[in-house]
Formats: sequence, C-alpha cells, structure tokens
Amino acid sequence: MLNNRILSSGNDNGSTSLFRYIDWPTIILYLLLVIAGAVCIYAASYDYDNASIFSFAEFSGKQIRWIGLSLILGLVILLVDSRFYETYAYPIYIAMLCLLLLTVFIAPDIKGSRSWLVLGPMSLQPAEFAKFATSLALAKLFSGYGFKLGTTKNSYIRAIAIIVLPIILILAQRETGSALAYTALFFVLYREGMSGIVLLSALSAVVFFVVAIKYTELAFLGISAGELTVFIMIMLIMVGMTAIYCRYPQAARNLLLWFSGSMLTAWVIEKIGVAVPGTYVCMGIIIAAVIYLLILQLHEKTRRMLHTALVAIVSVAFLFSVNYAFTNVLQPHQQQRIKVTLGMEEDLRGAGYNVNQSKIAIGSGGIWGKGFLNGTQTKLKYVPEQHTDFIFCTIGEEEGFIGSALTLLLFLGLILRVISIAERQPRTFGRVYGYCVASFLIFHLAINVGMVIGLCPVIGIPLPFFSYGGSSLWGFTILLFILLRLDAGRRDCRNY
Amino acid sequence: MRKDYKLEKRKYVIGGFIIIICLIYICRLFNLQVADDKYKAYADSNAFFKKTIYPSRGTIYDRTGKVVVFNQPAYDMMIIPRDVEPFDTLDLCTTLGITHEEFMRRWTNMRDRSINPGYSNYSPQTFLTNLTTEDYGKLQEKMYRFPGFYIQKRILRDYYYHCAANVLGNIREVSKSDLEADDYYAAGDYTGDTGVEKSYEEHLRGVKGVEILIRDARGQIQGRYEDGKFDKAAVSGRNLKLAIDIELQQYAESLMVNKLGAIVAIEPHTGEVLALVTSPNYDPSMLVGRDRGKNYNLLMKTPHKPLYDRSITGYYPPGSTFKPTQALTFLQEGIITLDTRYPCSHGYINGGLRVGCHGHASPLPLLPALQTSCNGYFCWGFKNMIDRRSKYGSSAEAFEVWKNHVVSMGYGYKLGIDLPGEKRGFLPNAKYYSKAYGEGHWSANTVISVSIGQGEVTATPLQIANLCATIANRGWFITPHVVKEIEDTVIAPQYFEKRYPTIDAKYYPPVAEGMRMAVLGGTCTRANIPDIPVAGKTGTAQNPHGKDHSAFMGFAPYDDPKIAVAVYVENGGWGATYGVPIGSLIIERYLRGYISESRKPIETAMLNASTVQLSEYAK
Repeated sequence: MLNNRILSSGNDNGSTSLFRYIDWPTIILYLLLVIAGAVCIYAASYDYDNASIFSFAEFSGKQIRWIGLSLILGLVILLVDSRFYETYAYPIYIAMLCLLLLTVFIAPDIKGSRSWLVLGPMSLQPAEFAKFATSLALAKLFSGYGFKLGTTKNSYIRAIAIIVLPIILILAQRETGSALAYTALFFVLYREGMSGIVLLSALSAVVFFVVAIKYTELAFLGISAGELTVFIMIMLIMVGMTAIYCRYPQAARNLLLWFSGSMLTAWVIEKIGVAVPGTYVCMGIIIAAVIYLLILQLHEKTRRMLHTALVAIVSVAFLFSVNYAFTNVLQPHQQQRIKVTLGMEEDLRGAGYNVNQSKIAIGSGGIWGKGFLNGTQTKLKYVPEQHTDFIFCTIGEEEGFIGSALTLLLFLGLILRVISIAERQPRTFGRVYGYCVASFLIFHLAINVGMVIGLCPVIGIPLPFFSYGGSSLWGFTILLFILLRLDAGRRDCRNY
Repeated sequence: MRKDYKLEKRKYVIGGFIIIICLIYICRLFNLQVADDKYKAYADSNAFFKKTIYPSRGTIYDRTGKVVVFNQPAYDMMIIPRDVEPFDTLDLCTTLGITHEEFMRRWTNMRDRSINPGYSNYSPQTFLTNLTTEDYGKLQEKMYRFPGFYIQKRILRDYYYHCAANVLGNIREVSKSDLEADDYYAAGDYTGDTGVEKSYEEHLRGVKGVEILIRDARGQIQGRYEDGKFDKAAVSGRNLKLAIDIELQQYAESLMVNKLGAIVAIEPHTGEVLALVTSPNYDPSMLVGRDRGKNYNLLMKTPHKPLYDRSITGYYPPGSTFKPTQALTFLQEGIITLDTRYPCSHGYINGGLRVGCHGHASPLPLLPALQTSCNGYFCWGFKNMIDRRSKYGSSAEAFEVWKNHVVSMGYGYKLGIDLPGEKRGFLPNAKYYSKAYGEGHWSANTVISVSIGQGEVTATPLQIANLCATIANRGWFITPHVVKEIEDTVIAPQYFEKRYPTIDAKYYPPVAEGMRMAVLGGTCTRANIPDIPVAGKTGTAQNPHGKDHSAFMGFAPYDDPKIAVAVYVENGGWGATYGVPIGSLIIERYLRGYISESRKPIETAMLNASTVQLSEYAK
C-alpha cells in the first residue's frame, strides 16, 4: 500500500519530499543506538577461543541481519500512507490481541514463559509487536471526535481497557516484565488529562513500599524507622498539598505546627520513660489533621481539601497493608528479589547473583573502560543474559563511565526528541501515539538500566535497540518509524 | 484542533521525570565505576585464576654424591570458598577419612583470618594437605560432586637413609608468623622447620611460578591469559651437597643406639662436618605427610627428647677434653714451658683444697700430664696464671685473659654452624665470678675446677670436636658446616675462612704430641688402631645427673689429619669406657672404610652396649 498521494503530488518526486520532511535527528539517534547495540552484542558474545577471527557467525551476525531487515521494515513503514495507521488502528490492535491469545496456547515453554512464536528458523515475541498496535489503538481512541478524558462517557474505562487487555494476555504468557511495560502508558493518560495525583500516588506508593520494607530497625515511639519515615512523609505531603494544591498557606502552616508540636510532645513523653504506642499516636495525629481539613472543606467551593484528606487516609491504609502484602501476597522468590534489590540481603549466589555480577562488570570498567573486546566479565559469561537484558554491562565494562553515561544521554536525547515530535503534532492521533512511544522508551530505559546497576528489581525487559533479539528491535523500530511517518506527513494533515 | 496549553505543560513533567532518572543513573554509574574501586578487584578474582606452580624442592646429596633427601608427589585439597555449593559433607569426610568434627574445625580455621590471614572468598585456600595417592585416586572420581574443591599436586620429602634427622631437618606448613615475615609464602605452603631444610630454605625452595588462567562463570578454564605472556615459570630449588658422609653418619648412629649423647666428626682442614649424631634420634620420614602432627607430639613426649639435638645444643662439662685448651693458654702466656713440672700427689692439694687425680709419676711435665690426663698439673698451671698479680694485676684480669684465649678456641660462643638452634655453651667471665663471690673475693682456687673442664664451664660436643680439629690443624680451624656445596652458587664465605685462635701455632705440635702419647700409652690406648696413627684425649666429666659422662676427642692420621671426632656419652662412666672405643671405631670406619678383624669385638660391644638403663637407675 504505497503512498500515492506523496508520490504523485510533490514538485519533485515523492520520495524526495518524504525524506525532506522526515525527522533526521531521530533517524541519526536511532542508527547510532542500533549500531552501538550491534557492536555491544559482538563484544558480549565474543569468545576468547576465537580471539583472532572477526566472525559474525553468532549473535552479532544474526543481529546484523535483524538490523538490516529492520531498516527495510522502517523504509516500508515510511512509504505507507500515514492515514493507513489511523484508519486501521483498531483492526491492527484486534489482530495483535488475537495473536497474543494464540501465542498463549501454541507457544512452546521456554524457561517458563510461553511468549515465543516459532516460525521456522526464527522465533518472534508478539508481546513486542503488540506495543505499536496498542499505541495505535490508544491514539485512535483519543483522536475520536470530541473525545476528552474524564468528560466523555466511560473514557477512562475504554482507555484503561486498551492498555490492560494486552497486559492480561502477556501475563498469561508468563512474561511479567513485558506486561509491566504497558503500565508506562499511564504517562500518556496523564499527558491527556488524567489527574497528576494518580501518578503521584502511584509513585508515592512505590516509595512508601520501599521505605517501609527496607528500614526495619527501631527508631523511636516503638515503631520502625521506615514506618516512622512514611508517617512523616505523609504529614509533609499533607502540608505541601494544602499549601500548593489547595492554595491555603494558612491552613498549611497550622498543620505544620500541629504535626511538629505533637510529634515533639510524643518524643518528649517517650524520653521521660512513658511507653508511647507510636503507631496509634502517629495515626491519631494524622486523623486529627484530616478532620481539620474536612472542617475547612465545608467553607470551600473546590474539593481540594477533600482530595488532600483522601490522599492522607489512603496513604495510611496503604502503609498498613504493605507488610501484610509483602509477607502474605508476594511469593517467597519475589520477596527475595525485592529484598536483594533493596539491599536488605546479600545473596550473591541466588537472586543477587545477576545483579552482583553485573555490578562487578560495570564497576570494573572505571572511567574509560577496559576497551573494546577487553572486558573480562562479559567475555567469560559471568553476567547472565549479557547479550539480552544485561547488555548494558558490556558498555559499562568495556567503555567505562564515559561510554555508559554517553549511552544514557543518547537515549535521553531520543526520548526528549520523541516528546518534542509528539508535541508538534497538529493532530491528537499523532501526539498520543508519540507519547506512547516516549512512555515505552522511558519505562524500558529506566527499568533495564536500573536493574543492571542494581537500583531496580530484576524485571526481564530488554534495552531498546541494544539487546539481542529481532522481536525487540523490530518492535521498537516499528514503534518509532510509525511516529516518524506520522510526523513526516503532519503538513499534509493540515488540509484535513 | 485547539491545543490545550495547560495540558501541554505536562510535557515538562514527563521530560523532567526521565531527565531526573538519567541523572540518578549517571550518579550511580559514577559511584560504581569511578568512586568505588572494589569492583575492579572482584572482577580480576572472578576472571583470573592464578594457579601456583610449585617448584620442586632441591634434592639433598651427601658428600659422596649419594641421594639422601628427594621429593615425592603429594596432593592437597584446595577450596575456592566462593565456588563452594552445598554438597554431601559425609561423602567427602568418608573419602578423606576424617571425622565431621575435623572437617568443621578445618572449615572454621580456614575462614578465620586470625589463623589464616590470607583468607579470601575468591582465592584458593588450602583445606587439607598431604592426601595419599590412594585418597587422591578415590577423590578424583568424585570431585565433580564437590564444586569449589580441587586437588593440587605438591612435593613432599622422602628419605633414602633413615638417619641424620637432626641435620636434614624437615619441612612443615607455614605458620601465621612465617606468612607475616615473608610474603613469598601463601597459606598451605611448606617451609623448612629444622636442620638444613630450615637454614638453606631459600636455596632449597626455589621460586614459585604462576600460571594465569582465564576462568568463566562456571569455573571452567577457558585458556591462558594472553597466551601465557604474564605467566611465570617455577624455578626449581637448588640441590645441596652435604659435608656429611651419610654412611659414616648411619654407622655412628648405630654405635649410639641405647646411649644418650652425641658424636661430631669434622674434616679438620675444611671444617666440613662428616657426621653429626645425637642420640636418641628418630627417622626423619616420621615427620612427613599427614602423620607429621601426630608423630611430632609423640616425639615431644618421648623420654630423652629425640627432637633435641645434643650435638649442637647439649650443654656438657667438657671434662678432661678441655685440658688441651689449658696447655695452649699456659704456653701462650708463658706460665709454663714444655719443661715446667708440677707435682701431683694423687691430686692437687693447695690451701685446704684437694682435686683428686689417679696414680702416675710426679712431678711431671706437660706431655706426660696430657698423656695421663693429670688434674694436678693443670690445676697448678691455672693457679699460677690466675694468681699471678705481678703480670695481670688481679685474678679477675688474669681470668679475662684466660677466658679470651679459650673463647678464641671456639668456646663460650656459637661457632656458627649452618644449622638452626646452635647453643653457645657456657664460659664464665670474671664479672660472673665477681658477682657470685664479690669483687676481689675470689682467686684461682675458688674456681679451680674450670681448669679441668668442670664447674661452671660447659661446651657443646661440636665445640669439643672443633677444638680437636684445631689441634689436628696445628693452630687454626674453619667454622664447622654441614653443607659442602650448593648447586649454581657458593656456600657462605665464612665456611672457607681459616680462624686462628690467639695461640701461636708453635704451641700446637707439643699438645698434639701429648694426645698421641695418650693413645700410645695413656688414657686412650683403646684408640690405638693398627696402621692408623691416632691422637686423642679422654674426658670423664662429673655431673649432677648421675654417673660420669664419658667423653673422647681424637684425630687421625696424626701427621695428616683427615678426621677429628668428639664423642660424648652421657653417664657412660670413664672416657675410656665408651668415648674412646666409639671414637676410634668412627675414625677407623672413615679412614679404612671397614673395621679391622682385630677390633670387631670392640665394635660388637659398642653396638650392643646400653647406658640408658644405667642412667635411669642413677637418677
């Protein structure tokens, strides 16, 4: 399905005008990342036994083929009419859901997951291709006539349904990491009008969880340092929200005085020697503040005081459920992974092995690195999954701090470029789609690099453009090039 | 479509979010890669497996070129703690033949840095040493069941001649203090513990080599790092050629069976120790292998201390073997001439003091005095010297002069033999007596017994033999040493240099003649070997531990001495009873290679004689 319009209407021939409007900085960033990725895969799978032979027989050779094919794929995507993607967004999405469902049943069991479709010599992971399909569907939904998040009937339910359907199917394939990546699309919802509080709450929930679980030693008032910190954070959030969100500095000041005064009193009483039931005292202090906010709400037109009070109540409830959830809901190996990630347990042979080895590999790189092909840790396979999920280790070890920081900056540049492309789209479809691309990139970059350097739990997701594997590379290439095609055609769209 | 400008601002939130994430990650990378260098070390120990290549320890030959000490392969069980995975400890213990408690004890000790300062989770640690070849065979099949464990081949000592343990010494695992003193050693290495194994450790041990191997995550060796460019080949230890004649040593040890004491035989003109016997002794192979600890404790508890080398650490009164030093001193100081005669009426009687002697002509000059070992003569000579205030000013000053002469003949200080643990004996000085009796309150008679090698003076058998060698050389000696040659290098210069006592060479021939007379018709006629002119001096030393010690020193041939020997038999009675016959047998055996028919009965008697029981009763 070639773009007849471009081919026929331009002053020059059609492809020249296409390539004039294409966003070259993105193409260059893309090519840099893909080539760097191939080099890293070559380095990661390089074998000491064949030291002298520059052979592309193994992973790196295959990856070169994937890259070649993805460039052709990218070109084909660019040559397709931009309206095609909008028109066929839902059919593509539905087809992809069917494929995902099919995969659950026909995929062979590989390391406990059923996410690979084996097609003759190659295997593909539909979960990677569902990314662009989901993005298209989400963009299509938002670009519907008069659609506005929160105003249109069932808007949230429809948006979330589009996001959650692939998540469910991918979870059924037991690919938790890939499934979690789709939660990144909540960034898009935020951009399109979802309240920031939702995003903030999600973030706070993660922080509360980590702090409450990690710091278990007793502080004072008979409660753990983590729990106390979370209580204090809740209090500070209440003060902050009252001041900034509710725009009521006087109430914020009163709250601050109340919190500091009552906590200080509790502390003094405990110092005197009276046993203070800390949990109840902190809860009581917060409940008193909540009641104060609710009384103020009576005289307010907006419901912002109420929101603040709700945040506080939900936070406290969350805090209480954390311990219960941790010990009763999570599987022991999941608890283990979390504990290792939080640095609470040093299990260097079990769950911590990957992370520890990858830290050793990266840490041994120094400022300038050991040089291309000179990394010992990655060459000797100390880092598991080093050509896929842990590919960043190779950069860290061989190219050092400079190389790994540069790689991060390249990704950052690409993401910021994608955001700016999204923002310059005249149509909602293009913008929403652009934010979907940015969200996936943000999630993959943050989680993948975070796990390799020991800051995030080990969630098996690839580093876009770098990790070995055709599915991931193709998935992200399609994702990115559709955006480029939409962007290149944005001028034509003005005529609509 | 109208743009929602309020919502558009949210691009800053999303963009800011990823910028902050990237900043945090870059900080983290900086922290990992630049600020903290522990990961570098981890990475090296991960990837490089430094395999020590043990050099073979030098072989030890005797002076005739016979192999005495050589190497046998031994196997050590090593552990890389980091690589250990849960395994069947019971299976391992059974295969190794150790108890579970022993296993746990070794495990804890290995991990305890106060015992094993070189402990690291990443580097090879010695777990158990000296596996037998059979254990090794059994283990080899099972090693795959014990990840993290591996077997390292190493060299142990083996002995062709089961004698001379005091000279050869033995090797042991290095201790914590060895590790701290010399960074050549790693835990589990061996070092010389005693004997030449200790004193020549640096020559014998060689230089360890290292092979740098590349190891992957499964612990499998991937090859050599940079094709072995950084490997270091092991340098074999140097071979030693002992001065000891191992067959003479063996023979001398057999003569000392069931007797306590020592024999030292020296080649006079080289200072080379031909035999260095202490009795009781033990088979050096007892202190090799896994039973070393057990046997060591056994030897520690054995009566008469076989681990104690009497030949260089025994403090014995030299008795009459000391008299030649007196003759030389008096001649040098002009106290006597060869014609000076002193009376001896069955002893020295002066100032209410009596030192007994036996029947012989009186008064008599020096040579017959040496021949008959006359106590009276030497007491008089001593008294004339120490109390000659006209010459020396005071007894104390005279005694200092006397002492210095004796010291120059090798007494009172270590001679400097190339064996660890040599003792200096004891020679009192004037200060010692002034402290005991008060300044000016003592004179010759107070300390008269030192003149006949009794009283405070003690000497090691080595010092006695060295005196004999000095007389045989007619006035000089070379520091006795047990190692004759070191492969590819030379022995220490002090073992070539002649040392001259403060006695003129002209005074030695008469003393030698007196000792020859003693053999021909004096105290040691049993040393008169047909066809071999022997000179000798007996000693019968009173001691507080029971029966007199029997001592003898002698050299032969008289005109061209090839061997000087000192024999000391504790509680053996007269010098002539054990010292003389044993000494003469050694001389004959060394010079002739066999014992002549006429002297076979003496040999038989000596081989069968036992003084140990006697000394037990005496106590």
